[in-house]
Amino acid sequence: MMKVMHIIKKILSFYKEGFASMRLGRRLWLIIVIKFIILFGIIKCFYFPNYLEDNFDNDTQRSYYILEQLTKE
Amino acid sequence: MEVTDVLVDWSRAQFALTALYHWLFVPLTLGLTFIVAIMESIYVRTGDIWWKNTTKFWMGILAINFAIGLATGIIMEFEFGTNWSNYSWIVGDIFGAPLAIEGLMAFFMESTFFAVMFFGWNKVSKEMHLLSTWLVAIGSNLSALWILIANGWMQHPVGMHFNPDSARNEMENFWEVIFNPNAVSKFLHTVSSGYVLASLFVMGISAWYLLKKRDVLFAKRSIIVSASFGLVTSLFLLTTGDESAYSVAQTQPMKLAAMEGLYRGENRAGIIAMGLLNSEKKVGDDSEVFHFKVEIPSALSFLGYHDLNAFVPGIEDMLYGNANKGVMSIRQKMQEGKIAVKALRAYKDAKKIGDELKAKEALKLFESHHHYMGYGYLEKPEDAIPNVALSFYSFHIMVGLGTWFLVLFAVVLFWTRRNTIGSKRWLLWAMVGTIPLGYVAQETGWIVAEVGRQPWAIQDLLPVGMATSNVASTSVMITFWLFAILFTSLLIAEIKIMLTQIKIGPEGEH
Repeated sequence: MMKVMHIIKKILSFYKEGFASMRLGRRLWLIIVIKFIILFGIIKCFYFPNYLEDNFDNDTQRSYYILEQLTKE
Repeated sequence: MEVTDVLVDWSRAQFALTALYHWLFVPLTLGLTFIVAIMESIYVRTGDIWWKNTTKFWMGILAINFAIGLATGIIMEFEFGTNWSNYSWIVGDIFGAPLAIEGLMAFFMESTFFAVMFFGWNKVSKEMHLLSTWLVAIGSNLSALWILIANGWMQHPVGMHFNPDSARNEMENFWEVIFNPNAVSKFLHTVSSGYVLASLFVMGISAWYLLKKRDVLFAKRSIIVSASFGLVTSLFLLTTGDESAYSVAQTQPMKLAAMEGLYRGENRAGIIAMGLLNSEKKVGDDSEVFHFKVEIPSALSFLGYHDLNAFVPGIEDMLYGNANKGVMSIRQKMQEGKIAVKALRAYKDAKKIGDELKAKEALKLFESHHHYMGYGYLEKPEDAIPNVALSFYSFHIMVGLGTWFLVLFAVVLFWTRRNTIGSKRWLLWAMVGTIPLGYVAQETGWIVAEVGRQPWAIQDLLPVGMATSNVASTSVMITFWLFAILFTSLLIAEIKIMLTQIKIGPEGEH
């Protein structure tokens, strides 16, 4: 258990030191964070609902709807 | 609310915009990871600190490209769920496996080893660091493999069975999907085009340093690696292009005909080396296809069928049929497709009322006509023809530029071996000027692949009109412009940060 904790600590400190020593990387991470906020916080939430997930309760209804679409006259 | 042509066009435009922007970032990552890995291998082998600095500089450029391009592909997944829900449902089971593998591999391989690659200098052994760099390169390319397997399946659906109860395609043979000839050739051609682009990129920026007479050793070393890698991968690109064209000829003959502006099929069909299409040309009329053309005799027959005398069907052969050559008309396929749709409807209705006998008969009829089901949704035969001008010019621009890249790599290597590359300013400018052309070739390649296969979302089975969700077209228009703004901002940020880093150069801080 102690050994596992030691490995986890080493991994965490590897990432921590890596992030701390970044120069250009900090600006890139900022861009990534802003981008993720725009993508998931705004665009996904407000503009991209999952059509079938949101309009039907279960897969049977979804299958039926698609079959209706494929076979409508 | 009906699915209108306007909605379909905006949904397509939005997906095209996303894919084209996404593809500005991806190929550079695919190729640059390998170039960086080669440079680091030289460093580890020679112990020369200059190679370490060279590796670290290009790794910094790779980081910028990776960070800016990261997650631009996720938007396509949003679009699948919202704008292409019919399509997503129908392909769900086939796409599920490759995309899940891609997600897991990308996460575990790229994310883990990316951290070691960037943070691990002086923290892990040289060999471990090098291994991480190679694993990042391999991992990035394997991610592309799974995505392109999914794309290859759309172009040539194999290894599946359509379940008329769930309205989904279900995988019957995983290996048939993986080793789909269309997917294999697409993967090899696509990743090798990324290697060529990255080589042009490294070579062009190095040429800029030579023009500025700074960081000369770094620039020359970068040119040696990139031009060598570029020449080898260009030759590979040529062979995978040949394989790709062969695959298209077998599975998407209409696309091949559009790529070459071939209206009337012929034996010993030639390839148009260059030509100007007659924009007034209509299918079925007697007007000339080209205002002028330079043709390589029999080359298309050879490219498509590996036989100089082979018959290559033209657009009109496929549209009207050619009994002598065994080509079925689109109208016949439409009739077959309509039978499939009608049989599916009868199956659904019979199941609803519990008439198993009727359902069984309808299912039998459906399965014998299913392979042309998509044609049943077309309004007129001409709908099966893709945009000929866009396919033709995109294909010829891509091939022409690919040829130029091959020549450029060879010429650059020749002068590099003579150690006089620094004095050939015309060549250095040509190297700088070829960087944007590399991107043009990438994008035109995608246009050929995706415009050429229209009207199909899934070849022969599902046209784009049936694949589209019934959502408000204004919503799609708004998000189109939102993405245009977002992506353009990201592109400007990428170019700005990269230019700053390039101006700082390998001697500066990373």
